[in-house]
Amino acid sequence: MVGSTSRGLHRFAVGLSLCVVGLIAAGGLVKSLEAGLSVPDWPTSYGGLNPPRWWEIENVRAEHGHRLIAGTVATLTVLLAVWAGRREPRQWVRRIAYAAVAAVLLQALLGGLTVLFFLPTAISVSHAALAQLYLCLVVTFAAVTSRQWLMKAAKPPLDGDLRPAATATTALIYLQVLIGALVRHTGSGLAIPDFPRMFGGWWPDRLDPSIGIHLAHRLGAVAVTVAVVFLGVRVLRSRSGLGGIAVAMLVLLAVQVTLGAFIIWTGRAVLPNTWHVPVGASLLGTSWLLTLGVWRGSTLAAPTEAARSERAAAAA
Amino acid sequence: MKMTVFRLALGLSAIAVLAACGGGGGSDSAPTTAAPEAAAPAPAPAAGTGSIAGLVTFTGEDPDAAINMDADPVCSGMHADGASGETVVADGGNLANVFVYVKEGVTGSYTAPAEAVLLDQKGCTYAPHVSGIQTGQKLVIRNSDPTLHNVHALPVNNPEFNQGQPFQNMELEKSFANPEVMVRFKCDVHPWMSSYMGVLDHPFFAVSGSDGSFTIEGLPAGDYVVEAWHETLGAKTQNVSVGDGALAISFDYSA
Ligand SMILES: [Cu+2]
Repeated sequence: MVGSTSRGLHRFAVGLSLCVVGLIAAGGLVKSLEAGLSVPDWPTSYGGLNPPRWWEIENVRAEHGHRLIAGTVATLTVLLAVWAGRREPRQWVRRIAYAAVAAVLLQALLGGLTVLFFLPTAISVSHAALAQLYLCLVVTFAAVTSRQWLMKAAKPPLDGDLRPAATATTALIYLQVLIGALVRHTGSGLAIPDFPRMFGGWWPDRLDPSIGIHLAHRLGAVAVTVAVVFLGVRVLRSRSGLGGIAVAMLVLLAVQVTLGAFIIWTGRAVLPNTWHVPVGASLLGTSWLLTLGVWRGSTLAAPTEAARSERAAAAA
Repeated sequence: MKMTVFRLALGLSAIAVLAACGGGGGSDSAPTTAAPEAAAPAPAPAAGTGSIAGLVTFTGEDPDAAINMDADPVCSGMHADGASGETVVADGGNLANVFVYVKEGVTGSYTAPAEAVLLDQKGCTYAPHVSGIQTGQKLVIRNSDPTLHNVHALPVNNPEFNQGQPFQNMELEKSFANPEVMVRFKCDVHPWMSSYMGVLDHPFFAVSGSDGSFTIEGLPAGDYVVEAWHETLGAKTQNVSVGDGALAISFDYSA
């Protein structure tokens, strides 16, 4: 039965978004503990469903737990797609749910392959990169099924078009997340051992591939900080109804930079090293939400015929 | 659009549910038993009558810190008094776990002995910590512990492998086709576990014992390069001339 967008479906997608962040955190923990090969087989775990005493053994708990959470979240994603297929009237929205299913299945395959091939950097980094895209798909689904999206026009921004700034910020954060994945999976997290200085100065006095990757991530952090603050302040000034998300994005930025510093200062302690991953994903997620909101706001500010009929259809 | 998207409480409880629903039964596959009792590295008798007997010495502080095995309660339970590291095992000025082998000068081919080399996982450490094996010789890897291990070999000239041994007394068999000094083994479950194995196409190798001594036997008379390898203290080589009898040499790792 196809009718108007279900409120329950939206709430489910919101919950699933947070579950995906949790799943990304579990993946970050696996890497922080270097536990990725502690379960050597895939898709089985030590030849079975659950290894003996897996809950008691730190690294196996991390790796096997990541697999169990992933299996659960993948199942929930399939449920989202089935639900959307039955209740979501807009085909393009249904397709977002189907794409999320495809992404999470491909993601599981990458996770398995990286174990079977002893964690090659290319596959591990792809696994990290696709995780973010998967999150963005689920977040998109949640956003476009929200009441705000369907019913109310976000007020047009007061100080000009925010679309370029929002889009660029999201792209920049994604690039920074990719560099971060490269830092983690090439073991470059301590290639520059001090922070905020670098080898005692304000610019590294030596360079090798690890230091280069690490340096790129620090420079990326500066660029992301500038972009996020610029975008956040403009959104807050615009009183466009996106202020809550902008505040969340700014808070996540502050937390993320602090975690990055503590990774260096603690010599990659598991706690900051793990939380740096889901907080980075959440920062990307909020920036992507803002981007969606800004584009939607622009559309609704000057409604086209198509947008008007779509709104009418959705509200019906 | 303010987005009801941030319903944190809902999401967090969902994560909690996910975390809670992990449990479940283990799988049961019978542990393999009754593999041949494998001998320690026992090079086959060779044509020569020469031998190199020697001593590896070391003075300095043993830098090994105690190992914290709390990551697996079964492991820490087997070391109630604490487990010590194996990286530098020095006893009265003598250094153990040094792999000593003939690096250059061996001619002819030597078939691998029929006896297997045993690499045991016992007390959540590898026994032996350092060993040698011939190319083509059977390697038996055993899990003597009531916990699980993964055996992850990281050779460069031979295929990498990583296999799980979830149950006590499980064994698996491997061999290496190409010489390589050294192949590292590690357990990704217990990050402190590592072992090093020298793979050679001849039997002229030994590992220094806790008294620092080693003996390489059955060596044909001739000139050789002998290398001593230690995992943290590095490698040292000597040129030696072996006759028909025993030659005494020593390696000193003192700082
Ligand atoms: Cu182990």
